[in-house]
Amino acid sequence: MPTTDTETGMAPDPTAERALLEQFDAIVERNDRVEPRDWMPEGYRKTLIRQVAQHAHSEIIGMQPEGNWISRAPSLRRKAILLAKVQDEAGHGLYLYSATETLGPSRQELTEMLLAGKQKYSSIFNYPTLSYADVGTIGWLVDGAAICNQVPLCRTSYGPYGRAMIRVCKEESFHQRQGYELLMTMMQGTDEQRAMVQESVNRFWWPALMMFGPPDDESPNTAQSMAWGIKRNTNDDLRQRFVDMSVPQAEALGVTLPDPELRWNEERGHHDFGQPDWDEFMQVVKGNGPCNAQRLAHRRRAHEDGAWVREAALAFADKSGGLDTPALVPREGYSTSETEEVR
Amino acid sequence: MSDRREWPLYEVFVRGKRGLNHVHVGSLHAPDDDMAIRHARDVYTRRNEGVSIWVVRSADITASSPDEKDPLFAPSGDKVYRHPTFYDIPDNVPHM
Ligand SMILES: [Fe+2]
Ligand SMILES: [Fe+2]
Repeated sequence: MPTTDTETGMAPDPTAERALLEQFDAIVERNDRVEPRDWMPEGYRKTLIRQVAQHAHSEIIGMQPEGNWISRAPSLRRKAILLAKVQDEAGHGLYLYSATETLGPSRQELTEMLLAGKQKYSSIFNYPTLSYADVGTIGWLVDGAAICNQVPLCRTSYGPYGRAMIRVCKEESFHQRQGYELLMTMMQGTDEQRAMVQESVNRFWWPALMMFGPPDDESPNTAQSMAWGIKRNTNDDLRQRFVDMSVPQAEALGVTLPDPELRWNEERGHHDFGQPDWDEFMQVVKGNGPCNAQRLAHRRRAHEDGAWVREAALAFADKSGGLDTPALVPREGYSTSETEEVR
Repeated sequence: MSDRREWPLYEVFVRGKRGLNHVHVGSLHAPDDDMAIRHARDVYTRRNEGVSIWVVRSADITASSPDEKDPLFAPSGDKVYRHPTFYDIPDNVPHM
């Protein structure tokens, strides 16, 4: 790291910094990837830390709504599927925490930020799972919306984030399909089961639309994020794509989407649709959703309950001479990029 | 919080199938080498992605700078004669 002060990421003098910035801009310009030890503007680093950490936290907190139904899944088959799905979400969280760590913060710091409510997670997970049909609806709509968000992120300008997204996307298709198949099975059942599915879809449709974030004209950071190649599409573009994908899926399933304004617009070649309740969205983001307190309390308890495991494992490693160096390893810009993929 | 010390970071390499190199797939934290292998199995090979896993403490890796302009790679940059396309062979010469 010859020309960069790793503490601040700032070059020692303005001329050198301008050269570094030009080099960075050129990488982004030609759609190449920025790797962890490259010099990057502080704003770029901060934006990425916020976005990737929030994404990681979402995967981890996202285990809770569905985890709620593991013990009550109606068959061994459904239970095995749900367990595998929730385990995948844990894996997604770990890929993304690793990617965030390449930007500087340690895993412990990230965990503490989540537990202290200083970093956010997707507002969708602050809604409760009231019926078993919600397991199917989450797979279909929530993982479906996540796929819409994540597929373009495979091409994000930050290498480790893009690589994590590729791994995640490979696994998401299973999530969406198991959910849709679960709903299809229920739709072939009794009137009561069909009503359960419709009721669940009614509850999750609007929160799913909110997953793409506020409308473009109220999303001040989007332009800069797109200029940096962190985001590849605007919130409204992705929301439109999701609605267009979901309408025929809802028809095939035999459910209605709870939006009176939803209709095909021949001229635009897209569906027109209503706006979610953005006031509700802001309330949930601020911590006043139905399950915010419960989700964080649960995560805190799990972390504390696991403390003895972390300590015991360290004590064992110490005893068997595994940890010859202090375990508190400062990152110093070290990252996964040092071991570039061999192709 | 009592767990002040963080588990060290490991880099994970997976051989997808026989005949292929181990390829870097990501990183994880673990208290020791054995646990790193177990964690790597759970995190990176839930769907038979590999037949063999290597883990190595990140701190033990020596790296060049990833910057392509790094002088380390300059010596190979100007040796185009190391690539087969450097040589013009007439089309009527078979199997080359
Ligand atoms: Fe996920
Ligand atoms: Fe998922």
